[in-house]
Amino acid sequence: MHIAEGFLPAAQCVAWYAVATPFVVHGARQCIKEARKSPENKMLLAAAGAFTFVLSAIKLPSVSGSSSHPTGTGAGAVLFRPPVMAFLGTVVLLFQALLLAHGGITTLGANVFSMAIAGPWIGYGAYRLLRRFGSSAAIFAAMFCANFSTYCVTSLQLALAHPDPVSGFWGAAAKFLAVFAITQIPLAIAEGFVGVLLFRFLGTVVRPQLEARGILDPVVPATTKQTADA
Amino acid sequence: MPNQRPQTWITVALIAAVIAIFALSFTLAPKPTEPDSEAFTGTDSVVTQVIEDEGYEPWFSPIFEPGSGEIESGLFALQAALGAGLLGFALGNLRGRSSARKQFAADAAPGGTTQSTPS
Repeated sequence: MHIAEGFLPAAQCVAWYAVATPFVVHGARQCIKEARKSPENKMLLAAAGAFTFVLSAIKLPSVSGSSSHPTGTGAGAVLFRPPVMAFLGTVVLLFQALLLAHGGITTLGANVFSMAIAGPWIGYGAYRLLRRFGSSAAIFAAMFCANFSTYCVTSLQLALAHPDPVSGFWGAAAKFLAVFAITQIPLAIAEGFVGVLLFRFLGTVVRPQLEARGILDPVVPATTKQTADA
Repeated sequence: MPNQRPQTWITVALIAAVIAIFALSFTLAPKPTEPDSEAFTGTDSVVTQVIEDEGYEPWFSPIFEPGSGEIESGLFALQAALGAGLLGFALGNLRGRSSARKQFAADAAPGGTTQSTPS
């Protein structure tokens, strides 16, 4: 989903920066606020950032014969709500733009918008919609949607910058989606499973925090049964 | 309490599913048609190629570019290593806190650690 350096017209680079900046500033504030709440929160925040850092570094093969990378932004969006991911995702994208020539400084605003803003929000939306069907299903959906929608947004951004001479914006969007979307489906499913694994582990170590956030259902039946038996 | 401790078989099944997805991807993926073309090209560079083929010239080039593919993959590995290290530290720290809390609760409970004997 990294739009390469110099591949967006200057006006659009500025526009995406303008759109992304308030989200990132708000996200940075939220990160500081959350980190100050408790040592557990600080560690969870570090885990959310590190999760994105690892996953977005790994390019994985897909059935389409291309390779692509997951985004890992769904986990933080579920844990802390999407704003924190705007900041954490920006750190990742900045690292890749400066050190790996992957993405770019001119296209950073657009890449932040797709991976660190749109993806987490859409993933979080899916999580909220499916939460009543169980936490694992909702977490899977959050990871899947955050990953997949990031690439869809990138396709639309590219279509806006490079409309097809014949079929225009939608023709170009279809063309870019054809490259990104099919490759991304198996990766997004795999990321969904990895996300569920992460939350299963978190459930064993920070269960009270996850219950307080409504991510996991409280284990009331077991304890009430115990007292009833006694 | 069935919900407190995750069942191991689900964890194993999830890991197996992730491995299966990539094993299937490798076997089902179409082989490159031209002999000199690379299998599993990154989608980012495919799109860049498509746009360049249409005659677009990027107007800005990266400030720093890793000298070769080897250095680039090394830096990607560094990114993954930093991320994995921090993730392991954070999760390990949380696990340590959780077991310390349980220990503390067990010690503080009336009867100390021996209270687990069923009556």
